[in-house]
Amino acid sequence: MENSIVLSIMAAAIIAGTPLLYAALGEILAERSGVLNLGVEGMMLAGAVSGFMVTVMSGNNWLGLIFAILAGGFMALIHAFLCVTLKANQVVSGLALTIFGTGVSGYLGKSLIGIPAPVTFEKIPIPVLAKIPVLGPVLFNHDALVYISYILVPLIWFFLYRTNAGLKLRSVGENPAAADAVGVNVFLTRYVYVIVGGMLAGIGGAYLSLAYAPTWLEHMTAGRGWIAVALVIFAVWDPVRALIGAYIFGGVDALGFRLQAMGIMIPSFFLKMLPYIFTIVVLILATRETHKKRVGAPGSLTLPYDREER
Amino acid sequence: MSVPQIAKKEQGFRVTLEKRGTTPYLIHFLVPVSSVVAALLVGAIFLKATGHSPLEIYAMMFNGAFGSMYGISETIVKAIPLMLTGLGVSIAFRMLLWNIGAEGQLYMGAFAASWVALFAPDMPGYIMLPLMFIAGFLGGALWGLLPAIPRAFLGVNETITTLMLNYVAILWVDYLVYGPWKDPKGFNFPLTAPFRDSASLPTFGNSRVHLGLLFALAAVVIVYVLLKHTRWGYEIRIIGESQNAARYAGMNIGKNILLVMLLSGGLAGLAGMAEVSGITHRLQHGISSGYGYTAIIIAWLSKLNPWAIIIVSFLFGGLLVGGFSIQTSGLPSATVFMLQGLILFFVLGGEILTRYRIKLQRGRK
Repeated sequence: MENSIVLSIMAAAIIAGTPLLYAALGEILAERSGVLNLGVEGMMLAGAVSGFMVTVMSGNNWLGLIFAILAGGFMALIHAFLCVTLKANQVVSGLALTIFGTGVSGYLGKSLIGIPAPVTFEKIPIPVLAKIPVLGPVLFNHDALVYISYILVPLIWFFLYRTNAGLKLRSVGENPAAADAVGVNVFLTRYVYVIVGGMLAGIGGAYLSLAYAPTWLEHMTAGRGWIAVALVIFAVWDPVRALIGAYIFGGVDALGFRLQAMGIMIPSFFLKMLPYIFTIVVLILATRETHKKRVGAPGSLTLPYDREER
Repeated sequence: MSVPQIAKKEQGFRVTLEKRGTTPYLIHFLVPVSSVVAALLVGAIFLKATGHSPLEIYAMMFNGAFGSMYGISETIVKAIPLMLTGLGVSIAFRMLLWNIGAEGQLYMGAFAASWVALFAPDMPGYIMLPLMFIAGFLGGALWGLLPAIPRAFLGVNETITTLMLNYVAILWVDYLVYGPWKDPKGFNFPLTAPFRDSASLPTFGNSRVHLGLLFALAAVVIVYVLLKHTRWGYEIRIIGESQNAARYAGMNIGKNILLVMLLSGGLAGLAGMAEVSGITHRLQHGISSGYGYTAIIIAWLSKLNPWAIIIVSFLFGGLLVGGFSIQTSGLPSATVFMLQGLILFFVLGGEILTRYRIKLQRGRK
């Protein structure tokens, strides 16, 4: 009995961690190119609302997912244009993206409030694997988007550390002038990965409205975009560590929810504070550790690249 | 002066950007104004595309905000918390401290001021109100100090921590007004019992414009004097320009981070105090309509200039009031945030004109 509660919390941690994981993976790619995008929250909201809207209109959640990807990518394109081409302040542009995303999703989503999703990403137990004790119910009894994220993490890891394109990406983020000198197109690279990052955030948002909730609520991300940005720092810009971090955060989320459902005597408001306080604590610990080990952010993060100022 | 840097080929013309040596004064004024116009135009396209009449909606917003004495007084009412939070955010931004926690700092100021109003023994307004003022300032200031400590001593990213604390502060106030502080005679609404008269800020005439307006205007003057005419203000400006230069000059950056966040949070806390004492006369759920976030846009649009913050806050107050008046025609309040986001995009994009000169050349490329 006790055992099954633990298993179900672990499975819930993976579900709650999945939107964070997608968003954090996207932010890792963008930041690896040297562009900080604090608009994750806004891009997730754009993804959540457009994914949900298209699913309601078409009755096809995969089509919804595609539009969520497009919406996240489009939002990121605005950020890339402002920060890469026009060299605007990356922090403020990201904040603008979040404010705009909150507004536009609330505007578009108004008529969608209260409608249940006609189709959602349903659980697909993987044959054989789902039967493994402990691991099966925790890892292999989820929806397709969870499985895709399992594949995405090693893929992005391999891409970053074992391919030529990944090396170029990292070099642009560390030292754009040097990358430029050996013929890497700094501007194009930054555009591409900021947009890919936005697309992944869009999937994270759609996961909330099409699998996790599954419905549309105004500002339903509730700070998850910011938690994803914090996760990137915790993960030291590494996709595998991002996976671990996302599931830990998902676990805190799931635990609070579970305690609430069990009628624990702590008021629900305090349980809802847990993920935010946890984020702050983890961020402080992670920052201390990165300082100690002298690892850290990509060298050119938040600095626009200007060929003239080499 | 410099080599063309970004070149685009467009119909035989070449658009090139040239770095400016100096920026004409007019540009500093024209860029924000045209940014707002451009944002409204894009907003209009968006409204049109979603089946609304942009002209009608903008007219309705303008009328709601500026079309009557009542509208103007409501716009001023909204401008008060915007000025205070905008000022707070701008001081932090000047030091490149990204305090985006003004919303939470406002809530904690409102909480602290309400605590005094609800639980202090009865006393005349000239004692009660200053006590609430101090409590409001301290509530916001301490909430601002909280993320400043790890930032100053460990370099922990303050953007994320200040934002996370917004959620915590809002949940804390919600806990109080849904729980122990709930008015037993309040029909189960999430609000506290009303304050005594001695805890209410006086208003001007029979409008809702309250004494908080004077706090806000005084805060503008004080911040201006602090920044322009004191050694501390000088240090803040230098640290904002170059941390290394400041360090070589022997300035204590950590101490300044703590002080700036105290002041920044305190001003937002005052906004919270003014809202509960001047407008709602009680603590309740949702006392802020996103003032702390709008403050970010106001600070940036004002170029962190305290005087400009007065004007920009008034305009954004109008945008909020206009936003309320279009809700009768079925548009959500989020429309205003959409427009705010667009304005900030264009302001950011337009800034390139203050740094570069655009040249149109007949092209051979």
